[in-house]
Amino acid sequence: MTKFFQLVIAGIEIGSIYALVALAIVIIYASTGLKNLAQGEMAMFSAFIAFQFYNWGLGPWLAAILAVVATFILGMLLQQVVLKPVQDSSLLTVVIVTLGVFLALSSLAGFIWGYLVQAVPALFPDSTLKIGGVGVSASALGVFAVLLGLSGGLFLLFQFTKIGLAMRAVAYNKETSTLVGVPVNRVIMLGFGMAAAFGAAGGIFAAPKLFLDPFMMLTVLIYALAAAAFGGLDSPLGAVIAGLFIGVIENLAGGYIGFIGSDLKIIVPLVLILGTLIFRPQGLLGKKYIPRV
Amino acid sequence: MSLLEVKGLVAGYGAVQVLHGIDLSVDEGQVAVVLGANGAGKTTTLRALTGMIKTSGSIVLDGEELVGKKTDEIVRRRIAHVPQGRGTVAQFSVDENLDLGAYIRSDKAGVEADRAKMFDLFPRLAERRKQAAGSLSGGEQQMLAIARALMLSPRVLLLDEPSLGLAPLIIRSVFETLEQINKEFNTTMLVVEQNANLALGIADSAFVLETGTIVASGSAEQVKNDDVVRKAYLGY
Repeated sequence: MTKFFQLVIAGIEIGSIYALVALAIVIIYASTGLKNLAQGEMAMFSAFIAFQFYNWGLGPWLAAILAVVATFILGMLLQQVVLKPVQDSSLLTVVIVTLGVFLALSSLAGFIWGYLVQAVPALFPDSTLKIGGVGVSASALGVFAVLLGLSGGLFLLFQFTKIGLAMRAVAYNKETSTLVGVPVNRVIMLGFGMAAAFGAAGGIFAAPKLFLDPFMMLTVLIYALAAAAFGGLDSPLGAVIAGLFIGVIENLAGGYIGFIGSDLKIIVPLVLILGTLIFRPQGLLGKKYIPRV
Repeated sequence: MSLLEVKGLVAGYGAVQVLHGIDLSVDEGQVAVVLGANGAGKTTTLRALTGMIKTSGSIVLDGEELVGKKTDEIVRRRIAHVPQGRGTVAQFSVDENLDLGAYIRSDKAGVEADRAKMFDLFPRLAERRKQAAGSLSGGEQQMLAIARALMLSPRVLLLDEPSLGLAPLIIRSVFETLEQINKEFNTTMLVVEQNANLALGIADSAFVLETGTIVASGSAEQVKNDDVVRKAYLGY
């Protein structure tokens, strides 16, 4: 049983990172209908920014927080400069543009920081809490707490503030939002900044675990996209649950099913997701909206 | 001097010009109606008034020029627009739609007072406060769209074919409600409508739009008795 809980906790740690990037994807999808394929690379870039701040002598936490703030601003800039002009173009155009951003960020990171794997400082102490024989690492606890804090904050913002109301309204109906006086373009910009900041948190927490290089977030992006689709592309809560689910199932499968091991373990949650999506194409918590005529 | 004064309004979509310089005006507390067939430019007129399409000419609200301003800036001057096809957020509850309607207002007490007024005016909406707008009947959705617009506490209320897609009895009740709103709240309205009979019934003044040009205008009474209008729009 100890092994089971140990695997679950390791799963929650990596799952929290998937969930953060999945949340970023969902925030943008919900407010613009855009699936941002560059989200993982943006997160990787943020991790490098944090790394740079750290190398300049800032403490790891201060570096991380400054990097999140910088990413928030860069995310808004990216939307204004690169994505806004193609916002209303065909899906394919937009996907190609996000792919372009993906490649550009990846190359830019390689150009600035090189392709060697960098060791980054841990954000949490290397200590382990023993709960009933199960070791819970400080980093697992810490990342999970950050995920809960950020997603809780997002929920409060969406449900109880005016700007949250405006963001949800823009996501569903841009014309009506405009007609009640919502500055739609600025709201979308803010959504991009927020999404970039969530992704940045994911990237920065992933860096000490996965080691930092320009390709660090490639697999995380795939899991995060899967989590976003599984949870329902318009459901932040779904993204969190699905991200954690993928992390946990992946670890359990790797630990218990002999032939799967660490090479094949990711296939297990993806097969489960595929099975679910065949029966619930809108995802676990996604809304299937049927208008009344 | 009218509250809303439109002169030489030119507007269109891309290279296609739809309005070729129209003049309109609405006096404070009055109801003006723009009549016209499909494709005459009625919807375009309203979209131009709230800055949703490229527009030139002059739109003056209480002495202030609006041409060149963005939609959200125009809405901040409290012009409410109920577009064709309702203009509510279908996924939002009735209450959330009313919240959204009051987006630009910061007077909480006034907003709550207006919400109570809306529920007095539309008791059906009060019964369905927590229900998603998209699950309401067509008539209820139109009522919600009007209530949403009134939450702005508008100086001018623009309505785009409020009768569209509704059953005749419901249409009648929508127009009766509009008349009641005009009387009780003294709300200035500009209604574009194909259903000339009903629209003229609640209007003080009327404009007839044909392929982007105003071909007749005057008091509702005058327009009603105009031979051309009678033949083309009233059918007798």
